[in-house]
Amino acid sequence: MSTYEFIDHKFDVVVVGAGGSGLRAALGCAQAGLKTACITKVFPTRSHTVAAQGGISASLGNMGEDDWRWHMYDTVKGSDWLGDQDAIEYLCRNAPAAVYELEHWGVPFSRTADGKIYQRAFGGMTRNFGEAPIQRTCAAADRTGHAMLHTMYGQSLAHDTEFFIEFFALDLIMDEGVCRGVTAWKLDDGTLHRFQAQLVILATGGYGRAYFSATSAHTCTGDGGGMVLRAGLPLQDMEFVQFHPTGIYGAGCLITEGARGEGGYLTNSEGERFMERYAPTVKDLAPRDMVSRAMTMEIREGRGVGPKKDHIFLHLDHLDPKILAERLPGISESAKIFAGVDVTKEPIPVLPTVHYNMGGIPTNFYSEVVTKDGKNPDKTVPGLMAVGEAACVSVHGANRLGSNSLIDLVVFGRSAALRAADTIKAGATQPELKDHMTDAHLARLDRFRNAQGSTPTAALRLEMQMAMQEDAAVYRTSEALASGVKRMHAVAAKRPDLKVTDRSMIWNSDLMETLELDNLIGQALVTVVGAHNRTESRGAHAHEDFPERDDKTWMKHTLTWFDDPTGKVKIDYRPVHDYTMTNEIAPFPPKARVY
Amino acid sequence: MAEIRLPKNSRVTPGKHWPAPQGAGKVKTFKVYRYDPDSGQNPRWDTYDVDVSQCGPMVLDVLIHIKNTIDPTLTFRRSCREGICGSCAMNIAGRNTLACTHGHEECPGDKVSISPLPHMPVVKDLIPDLTLFYAQYASVEPWLKTETPEPQKEWAQSPQDREKLDGLYECILCACCSTSCPSYWWNQEKYLGPAALLHAYRWIIDSRDEATGERLDELEDPFKLYRCHTIMNCAQVCPKGLNPAKAIAEVKKMLVERVV
Repeated sequence: MSTYEFIDHKFDVVVVGAGGSGLRAALGCAQAGLKTACITKVFPTRSHTVAAQGGISASLGNMGEDDWRWHMYDTVKGSDWLGDQDAIEYLCRNAPAAVYELEHWGVPFSRTADGKIYQRAFGGMTRNFGEAPIQRTCAAADRTGHAMLHTMYGQSLAHDTEFFIEFFALDLIMDEGVCRGVTAWKLDDGTLHRFQAQLVILATGGYGRAYFSATSAHTCTGDGGGMVLRAGLPLQDMEFVQFHPTGIYGAGCLITEGARGEGGYLTNSEGERFMERYAPTVKDLAPRDMVSRAMTMEIREGRGVGPKKDHIFLHLDHLDPKILAERLPGISESAKIFAGVDVTKEPIPVLPTVHYNMGGIPTNFYSEVVTKDGKNPDKTVPGLMAVGEAACVSVHGANRLGSNSLIDLVVFGRSAALRAADTIKAGATQPELKDHMTDAHLARLDRFRNAQGSTPTAALRLEMQMAMQEDAAVYRTSEALASGVKRMHAVAAKRPDLKVTDRSMIWNSDLMETLELDNLIGQALVTVVGAHNRTESRGAHAHEDFPERDDKTWMKHTLTWFDDPTGKVKIDYRPVHDYTMTNEIAPFPPKARVY
Repeated sequence: MAEIRLPKNSRVTPGKHWPAPQGAGKVKTFKVYRYDPDSGQNPRWDTYDVDVSQCGPMVLDVLIHIKNTIDPTLTFRRSCREGICGSCAMNIAGRNTLACTHGHEECPGDKVSISPLPHMPVVKDLIPDLTLFYAQYASVEPWLKTETPEPQKEWAQSPQDREKLDGLYECILCACCSTSCPSYWWNQEKYLGPAALLHAYRWIIDSRDEATGERLDELEDPFKLYRCHTIMNCAQVCPKGLNPAKAIAEVKKMLVERVV
């Protein structure tokens, strides 16, 4: 590989990704006096956090009494008891301080009449351990993620984070099980870079684009997950893929759950508010997995709307146009542009759409990456952390509650920075990097850059997306999942036949999409293999041949390793942490999950 | 002296024509600016006859269709595809906008030109170099500045004060406005441009911010602020319907008011 040369950089910490969790982690590390780099394939404010709409959960109690314990209960129950309760306690306890911090940085939250942060109702968020819906989700109209991301980027300009923008991360530099840095390709001049660091924090987001229809951005290709798999480390709970109930029919663009939080409701072809049948207490504010299943069931039973009876209506037309303009302006605009609908007069055509990956890189609540080593299920991987959607802490378990992702970003971005400050010393000596640690990175880049097969990247990507869309959907069967496993193995096996047309190094987006596709394929494969393996139904994994939750056998996290050259997947398990972080609260034992 | 013609190496030459496939449905022609920095060649106009019945309604759908099925080398930025990330700003049929929210049916004529945001250095194809634009944004110090010790909870802000941020905070930094402004084309090394100024005003008018005087001092400059000549292209093209010109006028008004 003598034709490629690296430009070297040395930092204490390198954060990969500049969405909400990456920016929060980078900021915290810089504040702690660590020399910090943040490398990102898109300009920070283009990261997908920008598209989050409805809000960020925290028990501020601005709209009436609230308690972090109630938030914790809701999150455990929402996770269908697959979430780790120590991590969930950490999340919910630290949530209010994290929101106040954002406000102090300048996030333009909507306000109550007395000048406090406005909070709205969201799915699965309840008062007093499940009694009735509560307003816990802090909102900046319906552009909360945008407001947060721009504010956090502005804030990081006030600190000493060094940004490397439009650098595409290639692979982790691993040395005998220790992470020593990351390699990256600078798009605008085609140079390659070797970032050495005491600590790499992956904040690379989800891999929604493994599916054909997703609310996720084109750039949501889970590059960190792909890098972790190639480093021989496992991913966790990948079979849990969240379908958001209200993606715009056809376009797939997101309509926030906050629309239902503000009083919107779903109807079928008979004009019936069918959620009342499925979740009598919370109705349209049931968690996303349940609403998506209910919608799918209505469509299956012939009560879908439209000429093909293949979608559902979301009504906002009964709400005061003033409220819509004040609290839901963004989705009013999206509905107009992508569905041609005036929300003050007509319902929005919607369909459950892939939205979020509960699974990801396993970590503890310090955000340190963990793996299973012999009998030890919590062995940390030195030098490596993961945060945000890329990570699986696991606070979301089998199903994430709406508005728990934004709070996850900042709470665990902060926890990563605190842990970094505790565990590494600024400017400490780092061992010399050797060529053999990066040879495989260059070989992979070169192989794809010169790929001369017969399958264009777009064709193989479509094949993967259709397999996932058809065989790992809202409802799954053994037959469909077996077919999905077969199809995804076939997709993985076709990688040597890929065809890349552009051979250049400067902004070669054909090559970048191919590298992204390679990252997606490993994750899509372990997703469908994990789903096929889990013979129960829990949270977002609804298995029709095994419709019950089986705590005896399956209250455990799936770990999946992907052997890149052979395409083989290995499965193992980690126990769920059914204990809390402190003795100030007892764990919530599993029970039936009804709303 | 300003050059009347483009420098020799920037002149756009005719490029390749990609005819529609046999049996295509509804065909529309897209004339796309291409520049390959590795080739050493001048930029060119490639024309693609696209079967628009095979792709989605937006110009971005057309570009992705071209990349996926006709010419994988075509390069452009894109991410959210719903008008919130600001990646796919470009000049479509003579007007700066987002490819993801602009319908190809909306484009007049039977040949639609697509080129990078004007008057910025081009990195490749439809990708402009926005380094200066981002530096100008950073120069307005876009973060909350306070002197008063932070409260335990949130800073209080009335709904009326919060409302003053509407029409400002929604900016997505797509650069459609700044790169449509003739004054910015002419003086971009000194004039901050509409996007950065809109952000400056967003922090000035925030009731929580305590650095108003300092922020105004920074802007009191014949070039940074006063090169705005209310041409209004910024407000015309903003894909989010914002009005940077109005924000600039407010800043100018505040500067006058603090003198008199």
